Amino acid sequence: MSSHQTTSFVEGPTRLGKHELAALVAADIPHGAFVNLGIGQPTLVSNYLAPDSGVTLHTENGMLGMGPEAHGDDVDLDLINAGKIPVTELPGASYFHHADSFAMMRGGHLDICVLGAYQVSARGDLANWHTGEPGSIPAVGGAMDLAIGAKDTFVMMTLLTRDGKSKLVDACTYPLTGVRCVSRIYTDVAVFLVDRAGGDGSVLVRETHGVTFEELETLVPLPLRRA
Amino acid sequence: MVMITESAIDAVADIPDGATVLIGGFGPAGQPVELIEALVASGTRDLTVVNNNAGNGDGGLAALIGAGRVRRIICSFPRQHDSHQFDAKYRAGEIELELVPQGNLAERIRAAGAGIGAFFTPTGYGTPLAEGKEVREIDGRHYVLELPIRADYALVKAHRADEVGNLTYRKTARNFGPIMAAAATTTIVQVHEVVPAGDMDPEVVVTPGIYVDRVVVVPTSSTPEPEEGQ
Repeated sequence: MSSHQTTSFVEGPTRLGKHELAALVAADIPHGAFVNLGIGQPTLVSNYLAPDSGVTLHTENGMLGMGPEAHGDDVDLDLINAGKIPVTELPGASYFHHADSFAMMRGGHLDICVLGAYQVSARGDLANWHTGEPGSIPAVGGAMDLAIGAKDTFVMMTLLTRDGKSKLVDACTYPLTGVRCVSRIYTDVAVFLVDRAGGDGSVLVRETHGVTFEELETLVPLPLRRA
Repeated sequence: MVMITESAIDAVADIPDGATVLIGGFGPAGQPVELIEALVASGTRDLTVVNNNAGNGDGGLAALIGAGRVRRIICSFPRQHDSHQFDAKYRAGEIELELVPQGNLAERIRAAGAGIGAFFTPTGYGTPLAEGKEVREIDGRHYVLELPIRADYALVKAHRADEVGNLTYRKTARNFGPIMAAAATTTIVQVHEVVPAGDMDPEVVVTPGIYVDRVVVVPTSSTPEPEEGQ
């Protein structure tokens, strides 16, 4: 999809902050794509989409052509995004009801969806909606529809948990959001390309940031290959 | 015939205990707050409520839940930073939760209004929310069988109605309105104004009046936009 996918493996000098990561994802979104950005960190990607990118943002509560967050007099409580934040509309925007909004998602009409994650497996299984902790109130929203709906699902996350465990795993231990749905994983230290067909169980590494390939191999409990 | 009234209390008066009620809105946008408050005032209880969320703050749906009128809620995203009314009832075991992925929730409501008996969807396959449901592989992909959500009543907020119940909506406040209006036996809509038949361009009608039974005029219900084309 992007030119990066065919380039060979590169090592970058420094670990990426969340804004640099958002810029990296934005640079990989093709001109003219229809994109849904999940709540939280993925929303930052919109800050790095060039005005001439031709990218149209979808928000699952029923809008294409969503503009930046609204401030001051532009706030209209009938115009909010999926995170219930007031937003603006861009020229060419359209509104539609929820069943249409999810039909265009489920029907494969969106090119890319960018989501956060607790865990992603080597074959692209995603866990991002529930930690399964006893006593916690579950909430799923559109996560399961988003995960399996777009042509490509990108994940943005730190590679390691706070206690140093890899979130890229052989098999997810948290409750799943979707099966074999993630195609690419953007982390602070590496970008991974996932073979959703399963392949040999290894994961391609497109680039590293602040770590060498060999160091990355010690962080992730999976066979890795350079792209 | 569409009943047009200025009394939200009258419009919801016949909703009985134990009814299943679809309530529109995505968070606060499109939430029919005045109709819900009338339902609180009516004292109706043991309701099954279908909404995307489970109330925000202390008004509208949160007030209905807080007053202990909702026995069961079907929704996709109950837990929010301001869902304390629901959280308290849930933790006390006083409300039953059926958690449904948002797109499945919308499609199940749509299916009810469209006369569809059930449908196979890829959403949720392989996850805890598909446990116990029939799964079928079609052309190499796995799908989960989901059933329609029919209801006795729908409470919907639209922007404008005409005298025969045709509706337009405003921006993302449209959300569940059109599909809920079609999925209930009796659909009650609040709007900020009702215009004469003929004053609404048929090309811009989103919900045709066939789906609408009662219209409640709440002048403060939505911000009128004089510059907005009909």
